[in-house]
Amino acid sequence: MTGFLLRRLGGAVFVLLSLTVILYAVFYVAPGDVAQIACGPRCSPAQVAQVTEQLRLDDPVYTQYGHFLQGIVAGRDFSTGTGVDHCSAPCLGVSYQSDQQVMRLILTKLPVTGSLVVGAFVCWILLGVGTGVLSVWRRGRITERLLTWLTLAGTATPVFVIGLLLIIVFCSTLQWLPSPTYVPFTEDPEQWAWGLLLPWVSLALIESAKYARLTRSSMLETLAEDHVRTFRAYGVGERAVIGRHALRGAVAPVIALSALDFGSMFGGAVLTESLFGIPGLGRELVHAVKVVDLPVVVGMVLVTGFFVVLANAVADMLYALADRRVVLS
Amino acid sequence: MTTPLVQVEDLTVDFGDVRAVDGLSFTLEAGAALGVVGESGSGKSASASALLGLHRGTGARVTGTVRVAGTDVGAADEAELRALRGAKAAMVFQDPLSSLDPYYTVGDQIAEVYRVHNRVSRRAARARAVEVLDRVGIPDAVRRSRSRPHEFSGGMRQRALIAMALACEPRLIVADEPTTALDVTVQAQILDLLHDLRRETGTALLLVTHDVGVAAESVDEVLVMQHGRAVERGPAVEVLGAPRQPYTRELLASVPRVDARRPAGPVPGPRAAAPETGPLLEALGLRREFGRGSSRVTAVDDVSLTVHAGETLGIVGESGSGKTTLGRMLVRLDDPTGGRLRYGGREIGSLPEKAFRPFRRELQMVFQDPVASLNPRRSVGESVADPLRAAGETDETRIRDRVSGLLERVGLDAGRYERYPHEFSGGQRQRIGIARVLAADPKLIVCDEPVSALDVTTQAQVIALLGELQRELGIGLVFIAHDLAVVRQVSDRVAVMRQGRIVEQGAVDEVYGSPQDAYTKQLLAAVPTLDPARAAARRAARSELAVA
Repeated sequence: MTGFLLRRLGGAVFVLLSLTVILYAVFYVAPGDVAQIACGPRCSPAQVAQVTEQLRLDDPVYTQYGHFLQGIVAGRDFSTGTGVDHCSAPCLGVSYQSDQQVMRLILTKLPVTGSLVVGAFVCWILLGVGTGVLSVWRRGRITERLLTWLTLAGTATPVFVIGLLLIIVFCSTLQWLPSPTYVPFTEDPEQWAWGLLLPWVSLALIESAKYARLTRSSMLETLAEDHVRTFRAYGVGERAVIGRHALRGAVAPVIALSALDFGSMFGGAVLTESLFGIPGLGRELVHAVKVVDLPVVVGMVLVTGFFVVLANAVADMLYALADRRVVLS
Repeated sequence: MTTPLVQVEDLTVDFGDVRAVDGLSFTLEAGAALGVVGESGSGKSASASALLGLHRGTGARVTGTVRVAGTDVGAADEAELRALRGAKAAMVFQDPLSSLDPYYTVGDQIAEVYRVHNRVSRRAARARAVEVLDRVGIPDAVRRSRSRPHEFSGGMRQRALIAMALACEPRLIVADEPTTALDVTVQAQILDLLHDLRRETGTALLLVTHDVGVAAESVDEVLVMQHGRAVERGPAVEVLGAPRQPYTRELLASVPRVDARRPAGPVPGPRAAAPETGPLLEALGLRREFGRGSSRVTAVDDVSLTVHAGETLGIVGESGSGKTTLGRMLVRLDDPTGGRLRYGGREIGSLPEKAFRPFRRELQMVFQDPVASLNPRRSVGESVADPLRAAGETDETRIRDRVSGLLERVGLDAGRYERYPHEFSGGQRQRIGIARVLAADPKLIVCDEPVSALDVTTQAQVIALLGELQRELGIGLVFIAHDLAVVRQVSDRVAVMRQGRIVEQGAVDEVYGSPQDAYTKQLLAAVPTLDPARAAARRAARSELAVA
């Protein structure tokens, strides 16, 4: 187990470092004068030169990358024009745009996206697996066909359509819910939950379709296996066959898919965040890409990548727990 | 007269257009044992499943009446059927690995079944599970009941399934090919266990098997099935000893016998060819290891053997004995990690792939699974033509002529060149595999379990074909099989393998007639005999050997 974790950690570091190298290379060849954008459209050439100097944009790309690595390991000092700002390790740099430290920026955005992703994750697993089990239980009947159709519609509908519909129905027409806003959990847990309810539900409606189909197909596959026949031949009822034996076969694939979705959702819930006005990582990342704010982009990607790697490692361990034939190596 | 435990009248089972069971009627008295024997597709498994109403909800159409322990299976509702299943009649399935849920412990699975039929606590059900596991001879049952199926060996899994069947003390056990997936020594143990349990609990047994020997060992009465119909039924001694129906006689004649000599015929013995030419293939201290460090496994350990042109060397052993790995090394499909391999006096064991290539076509292999070893997306003619094309032949007419000749040689219609593998039966596919090997003009063929996937009558035909080809072409043949009787039929000399080593090697009649090694003796004692009277005596002999 320890060996597995160490190897996984090594792998993670390698993956994340490769990501940063690729990002630096891409940004170096990308068009657009970073200093001009950072300074603003009305800056004079002299001011732009000053910004270039300040952000050390005229250094070769490998020197810039070296500084970046140095910041992570040992911390760095940044000139703010008037003074020096120390950014302690692990330092992901300072935004070209706002002079804010990337690490602090991420730490303020992380709880927001975290709230959205974790809540939505719980919803979509419950909804998806539940729908899958129900459609297996009622297989061959009208319920199953209805559920299959609904999940197909769910996968095919973009989040902004579902989200918009939910807002119109529940906030405007029925006025059952306040407009979605983000209130930190630490401030008011109840407001936090109410404010995030619609974003959770819209994400869950879309994501759960996949899980419903996966659960359904894995369970049907298991139901066709010999060991299910054994329990049927011993008088075990349909409810226990489905709930105990068939559902168990769906656990492993659901874990594997969740790991991918859970991790990538940290940087990828942009549409939901924008639609519901949630100030999360995804929105910040899109903004940073638009203004070529390299330190912020790299930082965000590192965080997202970290969660993907983490979620997969956790999934592998859960996998081994769910299926004892799996040996971690 | 009391009502029989099982009453089947005019049972018919249809799968779509296929009639699997066609008007079958039989009865089974309480405490009796009936063997249902037949080749694949004879409808024996479909009949067994009908006893527990297992065709329900599968799309199969069942007509006729089936009454088991007072339940009319056809008319029973779901609850009545569930009350029958497991409690009054329990089924033991063929494949012990896939028949248990991989995710739960063996003890929990048995306890689950027990609690379906008995209103007891989880604890009491677990205790019952341990009790039956202990009864079927699982050592340290308390601890092993917490293991999952993959941690059990094949024989232990089959014991666990039998334990599950015993849990609710049923009046009937239906065993569908319960030993087919097992080694012969383990098979003997399981059959002995079933025999003892029956004597002890008085439960009736319906044993479905393709292996006449297994039936002879275990049951009082035999029902022979063909094309979904009952051909002959009677006491095992009579049906197997003096069959009245032609089909039964044919079936029995096809069964290879471990105690019979090879059928007489013009057999050029090894001695005829050996002195002039020397051995065709010679292995000296051959080894093959897998893995590194603590997980290192020696699959083949210091094996030495020779094969002469025109002779057949049989290699017999149980699963995991290393016989397949050895066979693969003999044709260099696998590289030895030690020892030497000489072909025609030349060292080939350590030749690099490129230097070995000229020999490749002369050393060929026929594989076990005729389904998996043919590409389903290519016509059989193209598959047989592969070795010709690989040898550089480009003339399409010549290729076609040669392939047609080969197909005819192995007993197939050359007009079926363009057909695809799924259009052929198992035996025909194995013939195609043999034709493909012959296309390479081999000097030596290694056959790895070439007939173990085939029915006995087909098996006999393929074995006869291999014998003919060998006599005709004077090739060396290595015949690998787990079935001792088959190996005896085809081999001139035989090598017995166990745990990667050859424990005994010699002329076939010597090894089978007066085995020297204890393991060889044990193997031979485990082979089912066709004579029910002898089975009892051998059962006693087995328990003595097990003690020793």
